[in-house]
Amino acid sequence: MNKTDVLIIGAGPTGLFCAHQLGIIGLTCEIVDNLDKAGGQCIELYPDKPIYDIPAIPECTGEELTNNLLQQIKPFNVNFHLNQRVEELKKVENRWHIKTNGNKEFDVASIVIAGGVGSFEPRKFPVKECEKFEGKTLFYSVKDKTIFKDKTISIFGGGDSALDWAIELSNSSKVNLIHRRDGFSGAESSVQKVKALSEQGKINLYTKYQMDSVSGENKINSVKIKHDNGEVKDIKSDFVLGFFGLIMQLGPILDWGLNIDKKKVEVNTENFETNINGIFAIGDICSYPGKLKLILSGFHEGALAARGCFKYAKPDEKLRFEFTTTSKAAHERLGIKND
Amino acid sequence: MPKITYNTSDNKTHTIDVQNGLTVMEGAIQNDIPGIDADCGGGMSCATCHVYVNEEWLDKLPEKEDGEEDMLDMAFEPKKNSRLSCQLIVSDILEGLVVSIPSKQG
Repeated sequence: MNKTDVLIIGAGPTGLFCAHQLGIIGLTCEIVDNLDKAGGQCIELYPDKPIYDIPAIPECTGEELTNNLLQQIKPFNVNFHLNQRVEELKKVENRWHIKTNGNKEFDVASIVIAGGVGSFEPRKFPVKECEKFEGKTLFYSVKDKTIFKDKTISIFGGGDSALDWAIELSNSSKVNLIHRRDGFSGAESSVQKVKALSEQGKINLYTKYQMDSVSGENKINSVKIKHDNGEVKDIKSDFVLGFFGLIMQLGPILDWGLNIDKKKVEVNTENFETNINGIFAIGDICSYPGKLKLILSGFHEGALAARGCFKYAKPDEKLRFEFTTTSKAAHERLGIKND
Repeated sequence: MPKITYNTSDNKTHTIDVQNGLTVMEGAIQNDIPGIDADCGGGMSCATCHVYVNEEWLDKLPEKEDGEEDMLDMAFEPKKNSRLSCQLIVSDILEGLVVSIPSKQG
């Protein structure tokens, strides 16, 4: 059991800055995120795209913003629990117990949900029968590539994941790469490599095809793919891989009894607390009159939510407002030496 | 104001006056038309405002940018007439536009 003052759900920019604000006022926190790295949408959706509306930063990419925020919270030694999705929530006296899908447990005074538009989950095939094979012979990510050796793999998608795995697996497996159009969104060098491997007969490339159906008993035998012009091909496959990027889903948070409207959690604008005492929501996931889905709004919301957390973590103390320019306590927490 | 018609997957038809300059996505969100999520808020980075455009309108729409086609690779059941509704800006030329919203966005 990890005991700390606050659990932040979501390691996007809003969650990271909230950790900073908690640290400044002397509270401890830990952060969970379903992705394998910090940064949230900034890293997952637009790592290289410049952002122009962070106050006092004329231009920076999602990746730079994330790295700067990580640098900014370094003095507080915040623990990250990545690849973890929160599942269960339980009130135990005046504290909250939270459990993740990786069986990590937390005992906290309050919770800040900074979950963006939800946790990122792989997008799946629209074909219903795929569910039957999912996790057995049909996957949306590769955990153990050795199972594919000497087998026939049908890979769907046109982005970097699809291209990279097609190239990699073509060394030791028979690879079919199926994509809905001639163009690919993956890196140009990978596209060229795939085309070369296709000419050498090491990858069977099917463009303008999409999945029509899968068949097999316990495991997949073959996949039917359909061309834009209606023509259907039946291709033998032992495994199917689908790489269609990630989609955001709210997940178990929906069942916590929070007031939710249109996938957003309702909060007050005084301290961004939800209808449940001790649970706060900030960033894209919260809604209130006039809400703007901007990173800068998330920073403001995080600063106020952090102060809102104080009374739950330290009920017997009074929080005094201080500036980081002059506060000795803040300087100590930041590890700055005063003369 | 141009009238835009949204066919939803429950076979209902919603015809809405949408202000010039708004996107087809915003027209749907502001009028509570179900089935368009627009998770990223209109940034062409999520493919959850995917719509099918009625064939006769395809030529009248602005050309797709590369980024839009890349995102459509991720959409649920993309077709030839798939577009991201956040990239369709409403103007008088689009008076009477008809789009269909897929049964799912992801």
